[in-house]
Amino acid sequence: MAQFTLPKNSQIDKSAGKHHPAPAGAKNVRTFKIYRYDPDSGANPRVDTYEVDMDACGPMVLDALIKIKNEIDATLTFRRSCREGICGSCAMNIDGTNTLACTKACTDVSDEVKIYPLPHMPVVKDLVPDLTHFYAQLASVEPWLKTDSPAPTRERLQSEEDRAKLDGLYECILCACCTTSCPSYWWNGDRYLGPATLLQAYRWIADSRDEATGERLDALEDPFKLYRCHTIMNCARTCPKGLNPAKAIAEIKKMLVERTT
Amino acid sequence: MSTPSSAPNRPLSPFMLGQYYRFQLTSVLSFLHRLTGVGLSLGAALLALWLIALAGGPWMYAAVARHLTAWYGQVLLFGFTWALMYHLGNGIRHLVWDFGYAFSMKAVYAGGYIVAAASLLLTAAVWALAYAI
Repeated sequence: MAQFTLPKNSQIDKSAGKHHPAPAGAKNVRTFKIYRYDPDSGANPRVDTYEVDMDACGPMVLDALIKIKNEIDATLTFRRSCREGICGSCAMNIDGTNTLACTKACTDVSDEVKIYPLPHMPVVKDLVPDLTHFYAQLASVEPWLKTDSPAPTRERLQSEEDRAKLDGLYECILCACCTTSCPSYWWNGDRYLGPATLLQAYRWIADSRDEATGERLDALEDPFKLYRCHTIMNCARTCPKGLNPAKAIAEIKKMLVERTT
Repeated sequence: MSTPSSAPNRPLSPFMLGQYYRFQLTSVLSFLHRLTGVGLSLGAALLALWLIALAGGPWMYAAVARHLTAWYGQVLLFGFTWALMYHLGNGIRHLVWDFGYAFSMKAVYAGGYIVAAASLLLTAAVWALAYAI
């Protein structure tokens, strides 16, 4: 059911936000407003303001987050690893859209940089969402090669054309930006698999080496798992890797129609 | 100690469109599609009322027509016309998607703007025609 407000324990306490001013003499100051939630205190979330001297900071939002954690407020918590857009750890809602903090330049944001955790997810702490359900959904589509034929003595070969069918699918880093940008997932995420998981499902359906296409399609033919996709297109709009989950979902829908005719 | 993921006290991260997640053409047109769909369903009741009045004889028709031709009735009908034209145009856009075409971001935006402009133009055309005859 469509939900338009946050539950009571999730509403942001506007009066609780702390302000960390820039060091004296800083000339190139940028303001970061960052969502904070401390599970130990149990208090409602708040938004803290950090003023960062950009002359002494790297260009990306992740650089600023790391600088804040190192020099201003060590309690700030976020996930990060590769700092080059390949691990998907630092996915968050920056300036009103989901993206990776490590590939988003601070200068791409016109004013103050507002940072929230990925939308409509349970928050573990600060910018760290609980992805347990997301990963469980991914596991449910069995994202690995399934075969009945006996294993060959060498690699399973694939033509160049068949390999090309996986372009735009295999690059997904499972950062969950797309899934948590989808209003349909916000409201039916308990049963709707969401764009990232469905793109992964299609990645195996489209693989010429996989022999479980029929079973995979059977498992997806469900009003909620697949058909809560209403082609809103927020997923493709926000994907930091430039992929198109909506297109992959449409291909699954097409295959389901085609096999009945 | 961290609590297990099923812990009910975890807050839900903010998501609301506009306030926390930017309005984008993609989501706005999708919501308009749903909204106009609901509006058209309600409008269908209005259409039924009009048909009942038509069948009910001149006095009944006059009673209903008086409201439909009043300024508020015309505003409602204008909105109904636009909802119909938008839902029609965007419905065609969805049909194209269902065939697997026009998924690139460029095509999504071009299609979106075309449908939005066409809905306004068609609405204007219908009303120009209505006033001309």
